Amino acid sequence: MLDFVQQLVSGVALGCVYGLIALGFVLVYKATEVVNFAQGDLMMLGGFFAFTFIGMMGLNYWIGFAGAVAAMALFGMVAERVVVRPILGYPQFSIIMATIGLGYFLRSVAGMIWGTDDLKIETPFSRGVLRMGSLVLAYDKLSVIAATMILCALLWLFFNKTMLGTAMRASSENMLAAYYMGIPVKRVVSVVWAISAAVATCAGVLLAPITFIHSNVGLVLGLKAFPAAVLGGFGSIPGAVVGGVLIGVIESMAGFYLPEGWKDVAPYVVLLTVLLLKPEGLFGLHVRKKV
Amino acid sequence: MRFMFKTDYEDDIRLFPHSGYVVTYGVLLALLLIAPHVLSSYLMSQLVFVCIYAIVGVALLILTGFTGQASLGHAAFLAIGAYTAAYLQKYNVPFPVYFLAAGLLTGIIGAMVGFPALRLTGIYLVIATISFALIVEEILARWESVTHGNEGMRVKTLSLLGVAVPRDSPTFYYLCLAVLVLTIVGTLNLLRSPTGRAFVAIRDSETAARSMGVNVALYKVKSFAISAAITGFAGVLFAHKLSFISPEMFTLQLSIEFIIVILIGGTFSLHGAVLGAIFIVMIDPFLTYLKDDMPGIIAGIAATFGAGTATAGNIQSSVAAFASLNGLKGAIYGIIIVLFVLFEPLGLYGRWLKIKLFFQLFPLYKRATFKRQKIYVKSERNR
Repeated sequence: MLDFVQQLVSGVALGCVYGLIALGFVLVYKATEVVNFAQGDLMMLGGFFAFTFIGMMGLNYWIGFAGAVAAMALFGMVAERVVVRPILGYPQFSIIMATIGLGYFLRSVAGMIWGTDDLKIETPFSRGVLRMGSLVLAYDKLSVIAATMILCALLWLFFNKTMLGTAMRASSENMLAAYYMGIPVKRVVSVVWAISAAVATCAGVLLAPITFIHSNVGLVLGLKAFPAAVLGGFGSIPGAVVGGVLIGVIESMAGFYLPEGWKDVAPYVVLLTVLLLKPEGLFGLHVRKKV
Repeated sequence: MRFMFKTDYEDDIRLFPHSGYVVTYGVLLALLLIAPHVLSSYLMSQLVFVCIYAIVGVALLILTGFTGQASLGHAAFLAIGAYTAAYLQKYNVPFPVYFLAAGLLTGIIGAMVGFPALRLTGIYLVIATISFALIVEEILARWESVTHGNEGMRVKTLSLLGVAVPRDSPTFYYLCLAVLVLTIVGTLNLLRSPTGRAFVAIRDSETAARSMGVNVALYKVKSFAISAAITGFAGVLFAHKLSFISPEMFTLQLSIEFIIVILIGGTFSLHGAVLGAIFIVMIDPFLTYLKDDMPGIIAGIAATFGAGTATAGNIQSSVAAFASLNGLKGAIYGIIIVLFVLFEPLGLYGRWLKIKLFFQLFPLYKRATFKRQKIYVKSERNR
């Protein structure tokens, strides 16, 4: 039983990271119906920025964190301006390919700048555990869970309660109509990319004590975040986090109870099953096809 | 400019619309046939890879270009073909038999992937095919009694009708070329048959195709099966060319490379698959050439523009240091993909058509002929 709870908590913590990356997918998808295959790589880059600020320049953890988030938000805007905006409105497949290309580029450049070694950031959560009876919970995992909850709540409020959030939802429903209503769609899309890059950075920095930062971390985790986003319905902010947690728990349970090899496959098996039975995901909207 | 008067449907669907086609393709085929006697063995080896990539490109074009179903899982089909060949070869099954068996098995698995894909479109389909490929990769690594796991499998020399065909021999190249030509001719015939018309109809509008009486589900599954089977054939050749296969050769990276083949070549014509394959395979030697020779050339240019010997030497060594940076190849790959998507969406074959049209219409060419129409995004959720 104790094993089970321990596995559950570490699964939830891992799942929260998937959820944070999936949140980035969902944000961009919600606003522009574009799937950003470079999301994991944005996370990796955020982690490297934080490493530069904290590990190399010796800044305070929180200042370095904020600096990395700000820098990545700017980077997200630039990436949107250069790569995505010129092809917005063309078939979805071209945009997917463009973001895959961007991911390739970011991975290689990060490898060139920061090398291929595993890097580590010293955080206030790196050491120390919380003991509850015989249950031992590490702070780094708890910090990921807490931060995910806070970010998810903030983003949900932002999308549903603020003017800008409403504008984002409107431009995702119908870009042209949103233009007519006076919504500055291009600026809205820029802001969405900035937010999603910032969320990715949070994931990268929080993840740093658990898995180290290296240039391929984005690809590995990004591929796990897809099942999370699909499970949650690819358009729902709470859905992304719930999907991420489910995938994380499934993965860590499969690693513990099933024979070797299932750990890496289980999320995809679940994904294919969900796509077969309920393609719109757990929180997705019902789709009706028109000509 | 040539004017053609088509008087019946047979004229419209002819494989060679006029004698010019016979001449140009005849010359091309003749050049390809004498290639082994002219080119170096390294280039011949690259040419074999061009053939294999082009076969996969044609397969992907059937699925992605003509049926409109994106797939990022073709490395898995290639792997299934390759492993089937390697496994059957151990039991002394003759080449023609396991070649066909690999295609058949891959085709059946392709159809099995096609069924769940029926309910999926766009991004969901892409993700489902990625998951399928990752699962296959893991199975290959774990099913050790058949695949030898991560140790990989050795593939013996191909023997065709009792004659050994080493992987570097001209005969092996002719075999790959023959498979490529047969695939292309077969696909061209497929595309002008009712099945091919149905594929294109599904790509252009699924609902419209259905209302015209096309059985969308059946044709989608067919498209998956045909595409997978052709990739399986390519897998057999791939296994023989490499003579050693292991699971880490068939990663997502390879699937992305296949998509890049058709993206760079152009997704609307079979020419695209071949041009894209040439580009992808030849970019490696080209980058190596740049890495070796570029520093000297740049230093030479700097010297002619009046830089001293010391400065020129400095420039040479810094350029050389940059060129040998780890991961430069990946960065160049990324940039190429992005640039093609942004500036040459019709691919290399599209560029060729533009150049051809420019000269045909000489002073009257308009850029707008090839301008893409921009569709402002309407949500898929209420489309």
